[in-house]
Order: sequence, then C-alpha cells, then structure tokens
Amino acid sequence: MKTVSLISQLIIPLFILFAILYGWAKKVRVYDCFVSGAKGGVGVVVRVFPYLLAIFVAVKGFQASGAFEFAEQLLRGLLGVFHVPIDVVSIALIKPLSGSASLGVFTNIVQTNGPDSLASLISAVIMGSAETTFYVLAVYLGAVGIKRTRYLVPVCLIADLVGIIIAISIVKFFSHLG
Amino acid sequence: MNTVWILLMVASVLISFLNGRLDAFTKSIFEGAKSAVEVSLFLLGIVSLWLGITRIIEDSGLIHRLSNFFQYFVRRLFKNIPPEHPAITSITLNLLANLFGLGNAATPLGIKAMQDLKALHPDGETITFEMMVFIVVNTASIQLIPFTVIGILADYGSKNPSAIVLPTLLATFLSALFALGILFAVRRILK
Repeated sequence: MKTVSLISQLIIPLFILFAILYGWAKKVRVYDCFVSGAKGGVGVVVRVFPYLLAIFVAVKGFQASGAFEFAEQLLRGLLGVFHVPIDVVSIALIKPLSGSASLGVFTNIVQTNGPDSLASLISAVIMGSAETTFYVLAVYLGAVGIKRTRYLVPVCLIADLVGIIIAISIVKFFSHLG
Repeated sequence: MNTVWILLMVASVLISFLNGRLDAFTKSIFEGAKSAVEVSLFLLGIVSLWLGITRIIEDSGLIHRLSNFFQYFVRRLFKNIPPEHPAITSITLNLLANLFGLGNAATPLGIKAMQDLKALHPDGETITFEMMVFIVVNTASIQLIPFTVIGILADYGSKNPSAIVLPTLLATFLSALFALGILFAVRRILK
C-alpha cells in the first residue's frame, strides 16, 4: 500500500513538472500558454453554474423532505430477503445524488457497524465503484449546453442499479471465501 | 434530465408536506443554492488550472505523444471520432485521471473532452452517441485504488483496509462493462 500511495502522490507533481520542462525544451512560452489556457476556465464554470444550481437544489430538497427515509423503508424489506445489511440501502440511494453526503453516510456506517463488518465492506465497494451520477450529468451536459439527452439518463440509472447489485454480490462472494 | 428534475422537485415538496417538513425543505433549497456556489468556485480554480496545464502540453506537442500512447482503447470505443481529432486526447487524459483517482483533474479534463466532442457537431443541442459513451464510462468511475475509502476504514481501526482494493476493482470494471453493454444494447433496440 505504501508504494501505491507514494506513486499516486507523485503523479500530479511529476506530470506538471514534465509538462513544463517539455514545453520549455520545445521553446514554448510556457507561462503565457498557461495563462491563456486558464482564461477559458471562467467561461466553462459560468456556463455550468445554472445546471449545478438546479441539481443541487433538487437533491438538497429531496434529502430534507424525508423522501430517503421513505425509500429506505420500502427497500429494507426487500434487502432483508437477500440477507444484505440494511445500511447498504442508504449508501446505495445517496451515492448517485451527492458525493459529500455519501461520504458522511459511509463514515457513519463504518462507525456504527465497525470497519470489518459486512455492511462496511459492501458500502466501501459501492463508494469506490459508483459515481455521483447526477453531478457528472449536470456538469458535463451543462458544459456544452446539451438539452436533449435521448436515452442517456435512464441508461445511467439502470447502470447504477446494476453496479450496486454487482458490488453487493462481489463482497458476498469474497466473504464466503473467507 | 427534465423528467428527473421534475420528479425530484415535485416529490420533495409533496413528501415534505406529508412529513410536516416544509420548513426544512425551504431551508434546504437555499443551502443547495449555497453549495452550488461553493462547488462552482472550487471548479473555477481547478478547471482553470488544468486548462492552463493542458494548453502547455497542447502547444508543446506533448499531447500528441501522450495520446498516441494510450489511444488504442479509446479509438476502439469511439469509432466515429476522426483519428487526429483532439477529442481522442482529452478523453484519454480524462480516463487516465479517473483511473488514478485524480478527481480534481478528471472533471476539468472531462469538460474539455465534452467540448471537443461537441466540436464534432457544433450546432446540435441533442446528445451524440459518443458523448453518451463518454458519460457512461465516467459515471462508472473506473478507479484503481479508492484512497478516501481506505483512509476512512483505516481511521476506524480496520484490520486490513486495503482488502477492499480487489473487490472494488472487480466491481468497478464489471459495472463499467455492464453500463456500456446496456448503452449499446439500448441503441440497438431503438434503431
């Protein structure tokens, strides 16, 4: 683990160093390039902002309304049948919607169940293998002003569901192995 | 997205009414607006930073060398992009950043990739199939090592926090494959 984390710490600094030295060697005005490239950032963020606002307001409102507890109640019975820890429901529901909230929920699961429990392991794999789908959709679609998304959103949601089932099955399989 | 947004908003108002949480709902939408501003400010910094760095590697020609190296897989997945188009490079860089868990670099590079994909169809407001493939791969979040998660497990005294690396890797690759499979299947059905 030590080497792996060292390598991942090195990637960005080395990449930047290499990019600058390579540019310098090729006689590129590195500083002017950087500034003119960075100028484009403002436009991108201004374009993305209203989309982000829309999705954040909807997600926060949804959380505050108690809709999650309602959905959790519905799903709890179902998961009980498959011998899946009920806490998994909350992480599976929140992960596609909000990155920071899912981190909070995950920490809470680890705290209450212990780090080596089945609930924590399944949640950990879901955290690592799922993405905050709605954030990605809002930012990427907003950046280029796409209005008609055809079948993208349903495909993403079905894929999220399949991903969570895969995560649960893999952890259950590994824990059966011992 | 239109349907999703309507569903989320209408359900929130109705459910918070039933739960007697209308107050909390109102407060939360203002909080949501506030965090949109915070996230945008954060994005402003990192997007500009990475666009700056990207410009350096574009102008120095480094970007072509990088992309020649990793293009094979990207070309296979995105058959309709002309081989010399900048989209190939930005998609490659975004996928690499994701792979190494560099979220702060992945989003800006992903935005750049979307803009490059858009350049292939400048007039359309309708999403192209290439954009869908790109977004689906991104929402599957292919990542080699989930550092944050391992860190939290270790903090709470896990005996072997890195034990989740292999299952996560399997899960993330399988779900990416399934996600792409679903996307290609839906396209075939609707054709």
